[in-house]
Amino acid sequence: MTTPGGLALAHTPSLGGEVPALEVEDLWARLGGQDILRGVSFSVAAGSLTGLIGENGAGKTTLLRAILGLLPISSGEVRVARGHLGRRSIGYVPQKVVLDPDLPVRARDLVELGADGRRLGIPLRSNARRALVDQLLQSVDASHLANARVGALSGGEQQRVLIAHALASQPQLLLLDEPLASLDPRSTQETASLLGRIALDRKVGVLLSTHDINPLLPVMDRVVYLAAGRAVSGRTEEVVRSDVLSALYHHHVDVFHAHGRVLVSVGQEQSEQGCELDADDCADRESPSGGDAAGGPSRTATVAGPGKP
Amino acid sequence: MSILHAIFQPGLFSNSSVQDAAVVGAVVAVVCAPVGVFTVVRGQSFAGHAFADITATGGSGAFLLGVSPLLGFVAMALAGAGATELLGAERQRGRDLATGVLLGAGLGLSALLLYLTTTTESTTGAAVTVLFGSIFAVSSSTLPMVIGFGVSALFLVGLVYRPLLLSSINPDLASAQGLGRRTVGLVYMVSLALSVALSALTIGAILSTALLIGPAAAALRLARSPGRAIVCAAVIGVTATWAGIILAYDSYNWPTAQQGWPVSFFVVSLVLAAYLLAQLTSRRARRA
Repeated sequence: MTTPGGLALAHTPSLGGEVPALEVEDLWARLGGQDILRGVSFSVAAGSLTGLIGENGAGKTTLLRAILGLLPISSGEVRVARGHLGRRSIGYVPQKVVLDPDLPVRARDLVELGADGRRLGIPLRSNARRALVDQLLQSVDASHLANARVGALSGGEQQRVLIAHALASQPQLLLLDEPLASLDPRSTQETASLLGRIALDRKVGVLLSTHDINPLLPVMDRVVYLAAGRAVSGRTEEVVRSDVLSALYHHHVDVFHAHGRVLVSVGQEQSEQGCELDADDCADRESPSGGDAAGGPSRTATVAGPGKP
Repeated sequence: MSILHAIFQPGLFSNSSVQDAAVVGAVVAVVCAPVGVFTVVRGQSFAGHAFADITATGGSGAFLLGVSPLLGFVAMALAGAGATELLGAERQRGRDLATGVLLGAGLGLSALLLYLTTTTESTTGAAVTVLFGSIFAVSSSTLPMVIGFGVSALFLVGLVYRPLLLSSINPDLASAQGLGRRTVGLVYMVSLALSVALSALTIGAILSTALLIGPAAAALRLARSPGRAIVCAAVIGVTATWAGIILAYDSYNWPTAQQGWPVSFFVVSLVLAAYLLAQLTSRRARRA
């Protein structure tokens, strides 16, 4: 597999002497006989927030699962900073967690299980445990939700409780899979800035995937842009550029800036290689959709905001 | 005073069958509480019911062999748990199919065994005992076994309580913590099998899930945390069982009956009443 010249930027980006919470080096992973990740390299510094950007099917979830060790990797390396007691601990908020509103599980119970869900035996009441849970809920602005049923909370509230659950094991690295999807605009902004604050305050490396880059722009330190299993990473202004993304996608990509928002538009793909890379995307392209009819040959890949030029 | 007298009839507390039944019933209800809560939370009531049906096979076999029916119940329920795990634990659909197929085979075999028992022993008591239970007929020698199996099931559930709770709430959150689904799931299945077998002894193989699912379902409506739901389910289960035993004892003197009414009928009716009541109160509480 050849790496296009434009992707040289992707390899071992310097963190400027910062402590890495996560280092991924030339990671390859296969799923169902297909290479989903094709040599992905990047690092996440402790105390920083990195956005993992890509369309559906680009390999975001696969990458997160590979980092977690839930998926065997074909080659390459994943190094995660060791937490206290030398334990390798990663906090994880999966995609689309469905919590049954009929279950008598309070926010407090779910956060407790984040701290000791692996332990055997029946939990005993302790003040230390209670204080830890209170402190975690406070750090996600959810103190008032402690005794509410998690299943009955709103999407944004549930997301905050799940973040507290993921932080309960005091990890060095926090991974979140599409935490902003299906949130209303206000919760999206709140969750994004909350995650930025958590990265700074707790010195945690935060890596979250999203298909929309815009909510992250104010809080994001770095971006990992993923397309068809390959990635470029760096500061937002280094990566989200027409030339860099065109090299990543193997065809022309326009990047527009308007009203503080970014619009990435991926042109109609001509080469057959692109279709091999991502069968799902090809199916999308062949079917006539409303977007195609309106936008001509170009396709909006990352965002269509109200401030669209 | 006369009402109290009518309910707690003379001889109730001194009758050794009633005493044994009260102990057995309490043990079973307490064991069923945590296992039942997890069964409802995991949405595996169907698996529980399937185990209940195939325990009938074990009970009938035990009668034919002349050993304690409890041993037959336990052996068959454990075999069922192992088989469902082996046959199709990966997908929900596969598991349902595997359970369904086992269920039919188990009941069919049970029919044969019960037929053989009635032809050799010329009694129909076996069928009623196996299918609908007879807690008054539990011999004192079975009591240590009941307690032994009960404590084992409670120990297993207690051991994996937290991983099991997390994986029951959401499997993705459990695997994010590196918890294997298989091990925790298997431990749960074994405790489910033991509870179903114990419950089958009390109210019969066919009805045993009523004591497992009913109190748990009611408790989940009422309680505010998983721990309280388990305690609440135990209270409902023990109350229904003891009240059922008392009513069945009283029914010997009711004018309509030549002999006592079955305990199972009373227990199951009381569990149903508790569930409906819980449903009603929780709905009212939510509206308020």
